[in-house]
Order: sequence, then structure tokens, then C-alpha cells
Amino acid sequence: MAGVELTGVRKIYPNGAEAVRGVDMTIEHGEFIVFVGPSGCGKSTLLRMVAGLESITEGEISIDGRIINEVSPADRDVAMVFQNYALYPHMTVRGNMSYGLKNRGNSKAEIHEKVEEAAKMLRIHDFLDRRPQQLSGGQRQRVAMGRAIVREPKVFLFDEPLSNLDAKLRVQMRIEIKRLQRRMDVTSIYVTHDQTEAMTLADRLAVINDGRIEQMGAPLELYNNPTTLFVASFIGSPQINLVPVVFDGDKLISGDIALSGFKDLPTDADLVLGIRPDDLTQNGEGEVSLRVDLVEQHGAENLIYGALLGAAAEEGEETEICIKVDQQTLPKIDATLKLGVNKSRALVFRKDNGQRVL
Amino acid sequence: MKRVQFEHSPIPYLFIAPQIVIIAVFFLWPAAQAIYQSFLLEDAFGLSSQFVWFKNYSDTVFSNSWLQAAGFTAVFSTLVTLLSLAIALLLAVKANEVIHGARTYKTTLMWAYAIAPPVAGLMGNLMFHPLIGDLYKLMNAIGWDFDHKLDAFDASFVVILISVWKQVSVNFIFFLSGLQGIPHSVVEAATMDCKNATRRFWTITFPLLAPTTFFLMVINITYAFFETFGIIDTTTRGAPGGSTNTLVYKVFQDGFRGADLGGSSAQSVVLMLVVLALTVLQFRFIERKVHY
Amino acid sequence: MKNTNWRLIYAHTVLIIGVIFMSFPVWVAFSTSTHDDVTILRNGLQFWPGTHFFETYWEVLFVEGGVMKSVLGTTMLKNSLILGIGFAVGKVIISMLAAYAIVYFRFRLAAPLFWIIFMTLLLPLEVRIIPSYEVMAGLNLLDTHTGLIVPLIASATGTFFFRQFFRSVPEELLEAARLDGATPWRFFVDILIPLSKTMIAAILIIMFVVGWNQYLWPLIMTTKEENYTLVIGIKQIYQVLAEGGELPQYQKAFALTILATLPPVLVVLVFQNWFVKGLVESEK
Repeated sequence: MAGVELTGVRKIYPNGAEAVRGVDMTIEHGEFIVFVGPSGCGKSTLLRMVAGLESITEGEISIDGRIINEVSPADRDVAMVFQNYALYPHMTVRGNMSYGLKNRGNSKAEIHEKVEEAAKMLRIHDFLDRRPQQLSGGQRQRVAMGRAIVREPKVFLFDEPLSNLDAKLRVQMRIEIKRLQRRMDVTSIYVTHDQTEAMTLADRLAVINDGRIEQMGAPLELYNNPTTLFVASFIGSPQINLVPVVFDGDKLISGDIALSGFKDLPTDADLVLGIRPDDLTQNGEGEVSLRVDLVEQHGAENLIYGALLGAAAEEGEETEICIKVDQQTLPKIDATLKLGVNKSRALVFRKDNGQRVL
Repeated sequence: MKRVQFEHSPIPYLFIAPQIVIIAVFFLWPAAQAIYQSFLLEDAFGLSSQFVWFKNYSDTVFSNSWLQAAGFTAVFSTLVTLLSLAIALLLAVKANEVIHGARTYKTTLMWAYAIAPPVAGLMGNLMFHPLIGDLYKLMNAIGWDFDHKLDAFDASFVVILISVWKQVSVNFIFFLSGLQGIPHSVVEAATMDCKNATRRFWTITFPLLAPTTFFLMVINITYAFFETFGIIDTTTRGAPGGSTNTLVYKVFQDGFRGADLGGSSAQSVVLMLVVLALTVLQFRFIERKVHY
Repeated sequence: MKNTNWRLIYAHTVLIIGVIFMSFPVWVAFSTSTHDDVTILRNGLQFWPGTHFFETYWEVLFVEGGVMKSVLGTTMLKNSLILGIGFAVGKVIISMLAAYAIVYFRFRLAAPLFWIIFMTLLLPLEVRIIPSYEVMAGLNLLDTHTGLIVPLIASATGTFFFRQFFRSVPEELLEAARLDGATPWRFFVDILIPLSKTMIAAILIIMFVVGWNQYLWPLIMTTKEENYTLVIGIKQIYQVLAEGGELPQYQKAFALTILATLPPVLVVLVFQNWFVKGLVESEK
């Protein structure tokens, strides 16, 4: 049975703005789904509609087969972790975690037991009698999760829960969230704009753009086989290299560059060639050249940024590309590197509608 | 408003009802009465009345005594506002500068806020008392032929001095908190960019205080119009010869002492318009500050 | 460095003059209140405390006919406290309720009701004195505590203050509470009121001072001496002094001034931080 099902869900605000433009989605029981997209794309609105914090203009949302459009947030059997944690500042950690259970009328003993258990699981047992402002960011984050866990909901909702933490803690908490979700086996929806978070956490992720789902699938599927230019450029870090090209029936042409080995592409439209930084390799007699602009040393590998020589570009500008090399490769600034293109992994999109053609 | 609100609940009506009921009975109804009465002329015994259109307005508003009060109110509120703002700003800037004793200064400069205007008025009145008042004696000793009971200028001086004294504290509190609200980084950047402290004050600090200053101006004008009632009532009571009558004090005098209901109501309505203008000013400014 | 020193000396000088300007009158009032009537009449105001402190204040507070015809200083003190506290508490309650309704609920009459509350800003007591008096007389509320306090608490200032504060409360708290199954009433009691504690304290202090210092309204509302507040008593004693008669009791006038000043000043000084916070916040 499906965990969460969305059918034709739309959100139109009273002022006419359309935040969600018809979303269909089936989330299996126990699945970890991530909504990812740029800010303002409607991903948070969608999550809040599942939570019951936004009304549903059109369509249906059901949890475990029960339609919940008109069910109040407290009765939907969902729990949410907010971006700024939304802990009640005047209550202790214990008070925060038990408030929802109290409102449900659970017995004192039951509440105590559940809070203790969750606190142990999250390693916040020692802070149960402290107030939120006495805790560090990571601890507050745990309390917020604890508040969600004690309710034993059917669905966990996360609204950018890690964006207020520093980089190191973010990675730590990311791992913890994943581990916890596996252990509890609860259907989860997680909203983020950070594609690394999305890739690492998700069983499946939904890339959302302008109120629509651009593509939904497993992280690797989206990385290897994006169906649109948007998904290709949103997923993957460093970003995919994009070169404007046209097809002459035989070769992909961009300015002075001509790449052979392509066929069955439209000749009557502007195209965009997408190559991931890992798919460009240094190669003595390569087909394209890069003039080095900047080398970023990341430790295990270096990223080299520079201009793709000869590529078509706007007057006075150059097409910037990036390649990934090992840590030993440290070219000088303005040096020219010959590059080979891994054509089997090249992606080609139409420029006008962003649809993938290869 | 909140993005998420409660819906379909009787609670908002229950919660807002007490305030609305009180407002309706004690604000709206009397105000409507004032407007209504401003168009009526009562006979000498208050037994019958007659609808006279704008006669009350033309009679009072164009009378010499009203124009005199209007003139005094204008001068009075301008001077009180400017003087109390200037003194408070100077004190706030200095209090923000010193480190030692900053808290003591702050406390001793702000506590006069808690003194009621009529209490301040009575204190001032006794200071200027012809029999025992040292200030009265001082004024005469330095060669000023001072008598606020008889001389209009001297009476205005007393009223203005007390009103300024009473208002410095409020302005000081707001200016000081405004100054402390200027981010440290901006202060530091300014110190690096401009060596001259005076120049720095007028080019950086003062413009950043503009919202506070503007807000305080409205507050001070309102104060000078209305709250100084208690000061005037305990010092000059409009004397000599109505020279220290503010518009508000005159409404009270004509209505309670003179029992000229129509005329007093007409003056009230004119004052309502003044308050309206002040409020519009204040809210336009608040709107601007939001975009700031 | 030398420059800095001069600047500091200058700053301290300005501040000390300011402190003297602000405090001197009250100090003189206090000093003079501790001398006897003859000394004051003969030598004018006094700059150092004298020996009649207990005598004067005892008479003012506890002796019938000591300051007014019949009413005691303690009675006026009691009336002032009732007005100050009643006004502050009433105002906090009524404006918190109204602000909660306005900020947290979507209801049909929200906008017009908000404007009605806003209108009170346009109608200060001074522009409706006489009809207000008539309404109170008609309702038989003259010389009652209800009549003194209730009409004062409905003005918009407190409501605006809480409205502003409620709007600054993070939205997520309401959302979290709704997910936790809190009803509107529970949210108000369990979350919002505890969160507003500091704000409530601040506004209580400010409103106590404002209530205590009320002048015009009590002036027209109270006709019997036994209902006078200290501030109104001051007005009366001023009239007695002005009318002359026997040896003017200046020390008692000053003592009454000090008594009327002391409670609000103490409140402001003791709760200085809350008071300043509340005052400055109300600007926004």
C-alpha cells in the first residue's frame, strides 16, 4: 500500500499566484523522498500541504489510503522538523517533546516512556530538563527530531532542517537523519535546495521547478539520465558543463569546434551539449582545448576552471568549463590543456524547451 | 498578518469584543456627540437647542481668543519639540560616548519620565513662586523684570521650560537606544573613513538616527498639544489674558468653565482633524521605514 | 590620545549639567518638604534636608485635615494605586485578547474591527471631554473605580504593541503547535502567554506609570474628595495655596509632590531594563 499519494495537487494563492501546478506522486511505505529545487520553486509549499499547514486548492493527498485534504494537521499523523527548529523557547526539552502527546491525551506514564526512549535514541537524554536556548545548534536539531519521533507518525516531514547548521555539523546530522529513518522505517519527505543533501539522503528525489516536478527518480538515475536541461544542471557538483552547439547532420559544431560521432539529432534547432566535469579528460591529441583560469585544490582532486577555446559564445565572452583532475595535476594559469570528451556520456538538449534529445 | 491562521472559530469575536464594546461606548459615541453638538446652539439654560450649521465653527475659530490660542500652540509646540529634542540628543550622544558611569547617567537622566505633567507643573510653579521661588528671585536678580503672573512672555517662558524639562527624558531614552542600535561595524567603518568626530556625527550618525528623530517629532508635537494640559492647568491656567492657552486647554476652559457647549464641541472637532493629520503623518512615515 | 581625554571631559561635563538640570527640581522639592512652614516662608526654597521630615509626611499621610479638608494622603495613595494597577492590568488583558484575535485568526470582520480600534488614536480624551463626561454621568459611573479605569483601557496603544509583538513570534511556532494538536485556546495559554512574559512585564510597568499619572480624566470623573488620586490632590492643594488664607503650607505641597512622584519613579528605576525595552519596542 502506498505511503503517501498526491493526485493532481495544485496550490493557487488568493492573489492568483500559482505555487504548485499539478503534482502527481506516489510515495511507497518507508521510502525517503527528497524534494529539491531552487528557492521559490514550490517545494516547501508542497510539503506544507502534506502537513496541513497550507490548504489544497485542487487535487487530493492521501496517507495510507485515507484522503486528508480536510483533516486538521494534528490528526494527519504526520510530524515535521522545521528549518529554525520551532522549539517552544519557554519549555524544557522534555516539555517540547511531550506537548503534542499531552494534547492528544496520552497518559503521563506513556509520555514519559516515549520521551525517554526517543531521548536515548537521539542522545539528548542529558539535556531533557534544559531549555532550547541552553543547547547548541546540533542539540536543538536533535530535540526537534525528538519531538517528531515521539509522536510515532506515519510520515516524517523535514523542511530544510539542516540549513541553519555549520558545514561540518550538517554532514554529521545528515548521516544521523538517514540512519534514524532507516531504523524507524517511516515514510519521509525532505525538502532542501542543497543537491548534495538531496543526493545523499534520498531513496528517490523529485526535482521541482516552477511548481512542477521536472523529474523524479533515484539519485543516480537523475545524475546519469536527466530528462531536461534543468535537472542536468541542478544535479551534480561541480555543475555540468554546458556548451551551445548546432548539429550539421554529422558533427556537433560550436564556433571552431566540431565534434564527430553523433547522429540522429535535430538539425533545425539550437542545442546544448552537456558534459560532466568527470567526463572530460586530459589527452594529448584531444578534440577541444581549455585555457586555465583557476585551479581549486580540494585535496583528493583538483578542479580546473577555464575558457573552452574556440567555442561559440556571446561577443566578448567565453564559454566557461570545469574539469576534474587528480591532485598531482597543477597546470599554470593561462596554460592550454588538450581535452578528450567521453562521448558515450555526453548529453544533448534542445535549447528552446530544455528537453533531452540524446 | 500570519501566513497561517486559525479559521472558523468563535474565539476572535469573543476576544475582541471587550475592547470594541468599550470603544463604542466611551470613544465613538462621545465623539459622535461632539460632532453633533458642534452644529447646535443651546439657549442659556441648556433647555432647547437649535441646528445652526457651521455657525459655531465660524464663531469660535475666527474669534480672537481662538486665533490667539492657535498662535500660542504653534509657537509653543515648535519650541518644546525643538528644545527638548536638541537637549536630549546632546545628552544621548554624550551618554553613548562615555564608558565610566554610563549606566548612572542613563538612570538619572531618564527617571523624570515617570513624573506626571501636573506634578512637574506644580513643582515648577513653586520654583517660580513670587514669595518663595528661588528661580523667580534669580530671574529678577539678573536684571530681568520677571513676573509670569502678569507678563505674557514670562508666563510662556515658564510653561515652555517646564514642558521641555518633562519631555527630555523620553526623547533621551529613544535617542540613546537609537544610537545603540547603530551597528558597531558601521561605527567602526566610519571611524576609519572620517577622522573628524563632529563631521562623522552629522554625516553618519545623525542620518542613521533620522527615523528615530522623525518618530520623536510626531510624539513631541502630540505631547505639546495634549499632554501639556496638566502643566498649564497647574501653572498659568492660560493666564495672563489667555496668552498661554493652548487649543486643548481652551476646549476645556470653554466647555467646563464657560459652559459653551457648541463652541467647545466645534473646537474639539477641529482638534480631531489636527490629530488625524498627525496620525497620517506618523503612519506614512512608518510605511516608509518599512521599506528603509 | 590627549584629544580623546578632552572629549571625555567635555562629555562628562555636559552629562553632569544634564543630570543636575533633570534632578535639581526634585531634590529641592524634597529638601523643602522637610522644613517647617515658617522657615520656607522666611527663607524660600531649601537645598538641604531639614528636620521636619517625619512631621510633614505624617501629617500629609495620616492626619485628617492635614492636607485636604478631609481626605488623607493614604487614601489618595490608595486611589492612585488602584488607578495605576487597574489601568495596567486591564489594559494588558484587553489588548492581548484583541491582538491575539487580530493576528492569529482569519475572520470576516477582522478589518473593520481593526479600524475601529485604530480610530481610538484619532480620538484622544481631550477632543471629547464634555460628551464623555455626559456619558459617564448618564451611566452613573462618576466617582467610581469602574468609570475611572474602564474607559481608559480601550485605547489602541496596548493592542498595537501586542499585535507587533505577536507578529514577530516565529510562524513556525504556530505551525509546530498545530501539528502538536493545540487548539486556539491552548496555543494562547500554553505558548503565546509564556512567550510574552517579558513584554507583559514591560507594558505593565509603562501602563502603571501612565495610569498613575492620569490627570484630565480623573479630574472630571471625581467630584468627591475621597476619590482623589495623588495627582488630582496636587491640583487641589495648588488651588488652596493660590487662594491664600492662613500660613501657606508649602512643605506639604512639596511632600505631596514627592509622594506622587515616588511610586512611578521607583517602578521605572527598579524595572529599568524592561521599561526601556517596552517603551522602545512600542515605537515599531
